Amino acid sequence: MVITSQKKHEEILKYLSSSKKIFIVGCGACATVCKTGGEEEVWQMEEFLSKNNKEITGDVVIDEVCHLLLTRRAFREHKEEIEKADTVLVMACGTGIQAVVASTSKKVYPVLDTLFIGVTKHIYEFQEWCNTCGECLLSETNGICPIARCPKHMLNGPCGGVVDGKCEIDPELDCPWILIYKRNKESLKKIHLPRDNSKRARPGILSLRGVR
Amino acid sequence: MNKLKQALENQKFVFTTEIYPPKGTDTTKFLRMAQIVKRSVTAVNVTDNQRALVKLSSIAGCLLLRKQGIEPVYQITTRDRNRIAIQSELMGAYALGIRNILAITGDHTLLGDCPEAKPVYDLDSVQLLYLISKLNSGFDINEHPLQGKTDFFYGAVVNPEASDLEPELIKFEKKIKCGAQFFQTQIIWDIDKFKKFMKYASKFNVKILAGIIIISSSKVINLMNKKVPGIKIPDSIIRRIEKSSDPVKEGVKIASEQIKELQGVCDGAHIITVGKEDLTPQVIEMSR
Repeated sequence: MVITSQKKHEEILKYLSSSKKIFIVGCGACATVCKTGGEEEVWQMEEFLSKNNKEITGDVVIDEVCHLLLTRRAFREHKEEIEKADTVLVMACGTGIQAVVASTSKKVYPVLDTLFIGVTKHIYEFQEWCNTCGECLLSETNGICPIARCPKHMLNGPCGGVVDGKCEIDPELDCPWILIYKRNKESLKKIHLPRDNSKRARPGILSLRGVR
Repeated sequence: MNKLKQALENQKFVFTTEIYPPKGTDTTKFLRMAQIVKRSVTAVNVTDNQRALVKLSSIAGCLLLRKQGIEPVYQITTRDRNRIAIQSELMGAYALGIRNILAITGDHTLLGDCPEAKPVYDLDSVQLLYLISKLNSGFDINEHPLQGKTDFFYGAVVNPEASDLEPELIKFEKKIKCGAQFFQTQIIWDIDKFKKFMKYASKFNVKILAGIIIISSSKVINLMNKKVPGIKIPDSIIRRIEKSSDPVKEGVKIASEQIKELQGVCDGAHIITVGKEDLTPQVIEMSR
């Protein structure tokens, strides 16, 4: 899931300073689970903006804003409300925001900051366990990713900053190499040579056309 | 000629120390400290933006030391440069006459005075050693031949008092497999533990310099315990410094006592002073 958090309201008001009529887009997928851009948050945002003298021309919560076809369809269905607006405000991840940009010529502004791909550890508590490096290493590290879970992406064991299995930059954070070691210490012995970063050239493009 | 390598091969007990480049371009203090330690140690490490603080570059610091007739150990981290920059810098360092390298991953950017910076970490310390071994054999990291290879004497860091010791030792062995020729350890407190480590480390053909810190005040204790990852100064030492009427003298005494105990145990001592380089000659003198 893509983990997001809401920007400060003052920041949103700042870039909306010249906007008067606003259409709001929420996301039924990740942003709903993160409680950052679902039905309820869209409603709260409308209330907040109304109090700050903005007119809301309409809203829609799209199943997956990042799905360009779904977003374009929703924009056709809400054409009139969007026409009346001067600005579209998007409560979805960065991919969702740009899917909206690709669906309208109106000004588009974000409400959320996109943080990472994460697991839900507890309700409303998320952690980054994969950073989409493009070359999965989990078969060699007992299923624990040192690239995503170590701030230094150490590939050959813990750095000198580890204390009692915890990370130097955040004592709440488990050092992945200590976790890997505890599962099976043999996994620590292999020398991992420098990674091939060309395998994950950015921006990423994947086409399955012709495959399916 | 490589003085550090020669000394480690021929002498009983070798001293190194480290000095920190200034934040800024005024190298007066840096050079004064270098002059103070010059006669007491074989080589001087120049730190690479230690604790992720923005400082004058390590390579420039090394060159300044060379001009003073001091043999530098060029500390290089993987925090701020990708593998292209690191290779380029190492070739440049060699061409400028720098012969000793200490390869480290480096404290995270978030802990320094420029936390907004993008951390690089394209390589880790083990991979950096591997890279240096490549340059030493006349190739870049992708096996392209070099016009003139490097011949670095290169080492790394190990922490014999790591809270998670076995993973640390597995990594130590990987560093040796990647060619590390010497180690400067993290600060040593527990001599018995260190002796155990040396018994194990003597299996390998590497030179070990024990990290010894000179504590000159409770301010240094605070700095080390709070700001330097992986460092914990024991309470017994803190009490000795705090109770003493002359903390500087006590700190010098503690360090020299430790070094005395290490003679015959390892290949030398690497003295860490936290900006009090002027105490180094005294400590070395007292430990003889």
